[in-house]
Amino acid sequence: MQNNGWDEFEIGAMLRSFDGEVKDIATTPQEDRNYSSNNSFTASVADWRIEKPIFNKDYCIDCQFCWIYCPDISIISRDKKMIGIDMDHCKGCGICVEVCPTNPKSLLMFPEQADEEAELAGWPEKDKGEK
Amino acid sequence: MAFDKMELRDVEVWDGNFAAAQAMRQVQIDVVAAYPITPSTPIVEGYAKFLADGYVEGEFVMVESEHAAMSGCIGASAAGGRVATATSSQGFALMVETLYQASGMRLPIILNVVNRALAAPLNVNGDHSDMYLGRDSGWIQLDAYSPQEAYDLNFIAFRVAEDHDVRLPCMVHQDGFMTSHTAQGVNTLTDDQAYGFVGDFKPMNDMLDFDHPVTHGVQTEEDWHFEHKARQHNDLMTKVLPKVQAAFDDFEALTGRKYNIVESYDMDDADVAVICMGTSVETAREVAKEMRTQGIKAGVVGLRVFRPFPFEQIKEALKGAKAIATLDRSSPNGAPGALFNEIAGTLYNTESRALLSGYVYGLGGRDLTKQHLVDLYTELQANVDAGKVTTPLQQFIGVRGPKLAFL
Ligand code: SF4
Ligand code: SF4
Repeated sequence: MQNNGWDEFEIGAMLRSFDGEVKDIATTPQEDRNYSSNNSFTASVADWRIEKPIFNKDYCIDCQFCWIYCPDISIISRDKKMIGIDMDHCKGCGICVEVCPTNPKSLLMFPEQADEEAELAGWPEKDKGEK
Repeated sequence: MAFDKMELRDVEVWDGNFAAAQAMRQVQIDVVAAYPITPSTPIVEGYAKFLADGYVEGEFVMVESEHAAMSGCIGASAAGGRVATATSSQGFALMVETLYQASGMRLPIILNVVNRALAAPLNVNGDHSDMYLGRDSGWIQLDAYSPQEAYDLNFIAFRVAEDHDVRLPCMVHQDGFMTSHTAQGVNTLTDDQAYGFVGDFKPMNDMLDFDHPVTHGVQTEEDWHFEHKARQHNDLMTKVLPKVQAAFDDFEALTGRKYNIVESYDMDDADVAVICMGTSVETAREVAKEMRTQGIKAGVVGLRVFRPFPFEQIKEALKGAKAIATLDRSSPNGAPGALFNEIAGTLYNTESRALLSGYVYGLGGRDLTKQHLVDLYTELQANVDAGKVTTPLQQFIGVRGPKLAFL
């Protein structure tokens, strides 16, 4: 963000989400949006996350539950296909994992330092419901 | 327009509350979010009735508290509507947290404050405790002394607050019961004149402008907070009073009624002056005239704009006075009165070596009588004759028991 003087900003404790005018923003993918420098899209706000979700696309049925339930809009989905997680904005709340309906789950929580490839390699088997 | 116009007589008999409600109808408020409290209730009740009867096109939002009332107003104003409400006393106190939100967010909400004492002890009558409570909140504060002025100042308030160079909320104060419930002849504007004076509401950064999305009420820490507050203060200090003056000028051209940022009465050659607000200004004017028949050159200064504080105009109004009394209608609770302090601050670096003394009066609706003012002017004249303040600097007018005075 620019280091402006006391009179060099728009009044009103308000920030613009985009530079200039936008049309049909809801149908415009994030990568095509003209986000302003004030928009937290360009900022990492994930530094207090201690657990992270890892996505395993082998089991995903693209139900979009995670996309709907994520409170931080951090599930990236295109054309109703789950693509992955926006790790700059994910807070690690685990809600996506809770709502994922597949068996085994297509999303699981791991410590922040966990290695993605290793965890994917050791993904749990299908839970057969046996005691 | 999808609503009926109302035909008013040139002069209507209205109390201050109804006058304010009529002004709110005439400027066609989009949203009123309100919670009732004596003595301001009839203002929002009046608006609600005009709405129900098809005289205004808007929304009346009934909420569960004054905090919610102002919060609703903030949301509606940020969304892009013309917004107003009314309150008094405890309700005002409950609104305080949101008052700072409204001004910091630069939302031009109009709040009619019917001045009333603050508990405890509980009291429904008029004094200026609530008005004083709002004085650091970043709002513009206009003060009416009569129903006519409560009506007129509402138009001024909308005009100034909504100006894109200002964009600050504005309170219109009137004295509880003395003004709010006392019917007097009020010269009216036609609906077209009134609406024309204020003009269409011009939104700014409104949330309902979907082509320009904005986040309202953002958080800033030590990196930006100070800049926002500095800018707001700067705009209050430099932009508001010229806009108020311009609105007064246009209003005079339209109606013939002249308002001033500081109202001076008989001040041209006054030796002794009383400075006060609200209905007391009218009482003091009457007494000042009578004092002149006894050879005491008395004058009155009334504050029309309490915030921003009209430093220069007060300096000018008081420049010839030899002894000045400030009348504070709010308990300073451990300090000289606010008016005393501010007038002292105004005059300290001037040539004026006026003898300044402060008086606390009228708490909880206690009358300020003409005799009180006769005594006060007599005391001021004694100060002039002695060349020094002959009394304690802070005295109480009209409180029972032994004389109460400090400093
Ligand atoms: S962990 Fe929480 S924030 Fe992160 S993607 Fe899942 S639901 Fe969203
Ligand atoms: S909830 Fe699970 S299965 Fe559904 S889209 Fe998200 S990851 Fe895929």
